[in-house]
Amino acid sequence: MSAHEAANETVDGNRRDFLYIATGMAGVVGAASVAWPFIDQMQPDASTLALAQVEVDVSSVKKGASLIVKWRGKPVVVRYRTDKEVQEGKSVQLSELKDPVARNANLPSDAPATDANRTVPKREAWMVMVQVCTHLGCIPLGQQGEYGGWFCPCHGSQYDTAGRIRKGPAPENMAIPVYEFTSETVVRIG
Amino acid sequence: MSGMQHSTYTPKSGLGRWIDARMPLPRLMYDSFVAYPVPRNLNYAYTFGGILSLMLGLQIATGVVLAMHYAANSGLAFNSVEGIMRDVNQGWLLRYMHSTGASFFFIAVYVHMFRGLYYGSYKAPRELLWILGCIIYLLMMATAFMGYVLPWGQMSFWGATVITGFFSAIPLVGDWIQQLLIGGFAVGNPTLNRFFSLHYLLPFMIAGVVILHIWALHVAGQTNPTGIEVKSKTDTVPFSPHATVKDGFAMVVFLFFFAYFIFYIPNFLGHADNYVEANPLKTPSEIVPEWYFLPFYAILRAITFNIGPINSKLGGVLAMFGSIVLLFIVPWLDTSKIRSAVYRPWYKLFFWIFIADVIMLGWIGAKPPEGIYPTLALLGAIWYYAHFLIILPVLGLIETPRRMPNSITEAVLAKNGGSAHPAGATAEPHTKG
Repeated sequence: MSAHEAANETVDGNRRDFLYIATGMAGVVGAASVAWPFIDQMQPDASTLALAQVEVDVSSVKKGASLIVKWRGKPVVVRYRTDKEVQEGKSVQLSELKDPVARNANLPSDAPATDANRTVPKREAWMVMVQVCTHLGCIPLGQQGEYGGWFCPCHGSQYDTAGRIRKGPAPENMAIPVYEFTSETVVRIG
Repeated sequence: MSGMQHSTYTPKSGLGRWIDARMPLPRLMYDSFVAYPVPRNLNYAYTFGGILSLMLGLQIATGVVLAMHYAANSGLAFNSVEGIMRDVNQGWLLRYMHSTGASFFFIAVYVHMFRGLYYGSYKAPRELLWILGCIIYLLMMATAFMGYVLPWGQMSFWGATVITGFFSAIPLVGDWIQQLLIGGFAVGNPTLNRFFSLHYLLPFMIAGVVILHIWALHVAGQTNPTGIEVKSKTDTVPFSPHATVKDGFAMVVFLFFFAYFIFYIPNFLGHADNYVEANPLKTPSEIVPEWYFLPFYAILRAITFNIGPINSKLGGVLAMFGSIVLLFIVPWLDTSKIRSAVYRPWYKLFFWIFIADVIMLGWIGAKPPEGIYPTLALLGAIWYYAHFLIILPVLGLIETPRRMPNSITEAVLAKNGGSAHPAGATAEPHTKG
């Protein structure tokens, strides 16, 4: 014991502190670097990320009809809206909207949610939209609800003919993916 | 345990003494489940802890064998479950035991929790015991949710979509967290795989927390319907045979109802849509969670409007999680010094109103979100919050409690007409109920 105490008196405090801190830091960094692979493996893997572009032939879609394609595991609706639906969409004032932002990936992120901004130029009768409710991810039913657009059966969100949220718990308008009409009858999504 | 009483275990054989000197597990068991003193006035509401242990064991046992026949792959899962039902020997029975077992597990846990709320079991010095129970309940909900996804039916798929969608409500990092949970942009095979892995893991974590829960229980000792702490030896009886037999009898009655459901109405608590294979492009006309989540689901759907900077989606999710968080802080919300509702006339009334409110929320949760239901859900949710945040704190300050007996023994004797009775040594047929 006395030998131990004697040893204590000659301890270099700085060296000991340095060792404590260095060991602690190495432990924290080590734990963090080991934790990361465990978290990272849960993220979408390469096969999921392989961003498929989908080309859709819409020549068969008549006015008032829709087509649903699967893109990144989610349904994308391609709808050729009727004149009445377009008129209804245009007649809505921005101030009436719950979400006044277009949510259109083809436009700047702050573009207002006018009917025209929910489509691409010259194709304003066409809605191309990820048909997933922005509340909790259900698939809304088309041409239903109070606004003649989409109605989500899960929690009662109502969208208008331009896919904009009007009523219910969903916070945002349904998302518009990047898309382009590559010809008169073909839409490329993604 | 823990200095409450001295161990009275004396190993009888040489082998017993040899083990006792090295790893005194038999002593721990004897002290915890044989000699352990329990209040002499426990009623049948106090038997659900034992029933819950039984159900946990049953779920693990049936789950382990079901996993031997199940394929956690989105292309195979649905058919493998049908294979269990049709091809595997006794598979139908094991699966119905497991699926109905989950429901009965929740029935038991709700009785157990409401008993705790009624008799004030969460009050000092049992706050940690209560919080450990809340953690078990959370783990149970996570386990049940992930288990419901495994058959890969329509309700599995869309339930998973909706519930993982909760996390996308979190500002900034929500979408990242959601993708981390489901391993993609939509629920799919990666989701099913990880849910299976976690569904197998979590019950063992529950078992671990159950051990802590029982440990905490045995440090503070059990509460009882009077809420008066044990003061003398005449207030208690030994765990065996008194509690063991009473728990055992309650288990038999409980299993009787359980068996009725398994053999006669195994799908009564399920949903027909889950016998349709998952289809990522079609949402069922109505998504309903399992019955044990319905009150929380109703609270989620009650918030259909923005509250200042909080949008309706985040608001609903916060209201739902908040309703569970409230349970954790109940020991500090209830300001009353009196433990049991038996001596709190106003609390007793509000307790039953609270039960009615929760049942109403559950009923609304199963209804479509139209007409009068969203309004009712909102009123029910407001009452739920008011019960914990206003009624519990205020009642404790203004309520005049009824006169309380001095001890458990006095309460028991008063109830039974005053016949003096030496407690502890012999069984007491007239103290039940």
